[in-house]
Amino acid sequence: MADYKYDSNAKYLKSHEWVRIDNGVAIMGVSDVAQDQLSDVVYVDLPAEGDEFSQGGTIAVVESVKAAEDVFAPLSGKVVAVNEALEESPELVNQDPYGEGWFLKLEPSDLSELDNLMDAEAYAHFVAEEA
Amino acid sequence: MELKRTRLYETHIALKGRMVNFAGWELPVQYPTGPTVEHQAVRTAAGLFDIDHMGQFMVVGEDATPYLNHIATWDIRGMKDTDAHYSLTCYEDGGIVDDIFIYRRENGYMVVVNASNREKDFYWFSSHTTGYNVTVTDVSDETYMLALQGPNAKIILNKLLPNHDVDTIAFHTSRSTSIGGITTLVGRTGYTGEDGFELFFSADEAVRMWNLLLETGKEDGLIPCGLAARDSLRFEPCMPLYGNDITADINPISARLGFFVRFDVDFIGKNALLKIKLEGPRQKLIGFEMVDPGVPRHGYPLLSPSGEKIGFITTGMKSPTIGKFVGLGYVKPDYTKYGTEIAVEIRGKAKKAVVVKRPFYTPAYRRKGKK
Repeated sequence: MADYKYDSNAKYLKSHEWVRIDNGVAIMGVSDVAQDQLSDVVYVDLPAEGDEFSQGGTIAVVESVKAAEDVFAPLSGKVVAVNEALEESPELVNQDPYGEGWFLKLEPSDLSELDNLMDAEAYAHFVAEEA
Repeated sequence: MELKRTRLYETHIALKGRMVNFAGWELPVQYPTGPTVEHQAVRTAAGLFDIDHMGQFMVVGEDATPYLNHIATWDIRGMKDTDAHYSLTCYEDGGIVDDIFIYRRENGYMVVVNASNREKDFYWFSSHTTGYNVTVTDVSDETYMLALQGPNAKIILNKLLPNHDVDTIAFHTSRSTSIGGITTLVGRTGYTGEDGFELFFSADEAVRMWNLLLETGKEDGLIPCGLAARDSLRFEPCMPLYGNDITADINPISARLGFFVRFDVDFIGKNALLKIKLEGPRQKLIGFEMVDPGVPRHGYPLLSPSGEKIGFITTGMKSPTIGKFVGLGYVKPDYTKYGTEIAVEIRGKAKKAVVVKRPFYTPAYRRKGKK
């Protein structure tokens, strides 16, 4: 099994999205596990700024050489920014999933929803069990 | 159903190949290098593919030539001693049974068929021998097949040939020789749009041959490549994939493979194909490029600008070499002109696309100024 990287400051969904709170804004992307399983990412279909989503709703679609996969909202909220760099360089998702490869920023409507998510340790455990 | 494994299964695992089911075979879709890097290696240096899932039939007997002319759409009579040629096999209605490669040998012909069609093809070949003095044998299990592809393939193979005379093996011919002491049939053939070779030898030598080629080719940039790269490499020069771009429901005229159909002999499907050629096919293959962003994929509907369904996609992806989202598909004949605006239905939304020239990438043998 591959040695995956985890961001200890992020929280995770079982569907392999991560979310981090920075000055009250939620920034999200897909995990190192996700990018590895997806293989080379070729396109990310991102929502528009201002779109609103509920926790667990489909918020984006990531397309790799293999397939198109839904990406789920880790928290409910309104999209306040999307990573425009992914349009030209979708490979950033593979290269730096927790950094340059971020997907979008959300203005979260209910931070208590974070309690529904796994921390890095629990997520790493989940990944190990799933493999 | 239990998946079949090639003799290189353990080797792929050791190389950390990601194993998937392809036509009933457990094969690497990619190695840790990733499909994009593997693709570029073949375009710029060299790649090695385990393609033992492909089937091989031997066709021998005094009627081997007229028999193959009856089964295949290509005119076999024109093939010289060591020629290798692409052909189709068709049903009576013109639908495609398979696309095949025919290698002329001293004692007859070797026919390479798709893994997904091996049983069907063997039945098809065997059930049409009546009246011909011919024997068809499935030698797939004992024959191993590797593909060494890319501009550096000839440099690598040359080091291993007894007389270092790789350039005397012309494009689309084959030669019986010895590589590292292993009796090998080398065909200057492939499925990538680059110069390269396909090697046939005893299955017992699979691991030794694989390691010998990888070791010899290391300094010339040779890396192992998986099925994902094989698919994107064949897609850019628009080489069809059976099951996607061609099927029993598609005829060679629709697929723009009419060049490989020679009407001067009587082959199965000839009358139907003549009629289709005269009347014009109901659907035709096009290449298209996305105008709106989005990844076109196999099975997605093709639409007119007003939203009417006009066809379907057979292969689509982001072309690793040209960096564009492009695809192949079948549409009604009114929508085949270059520059015609069409749309692709992606997750329920119509995304603009335009009909463009094929292929998306010019294969090496068609480029001008080549050596």
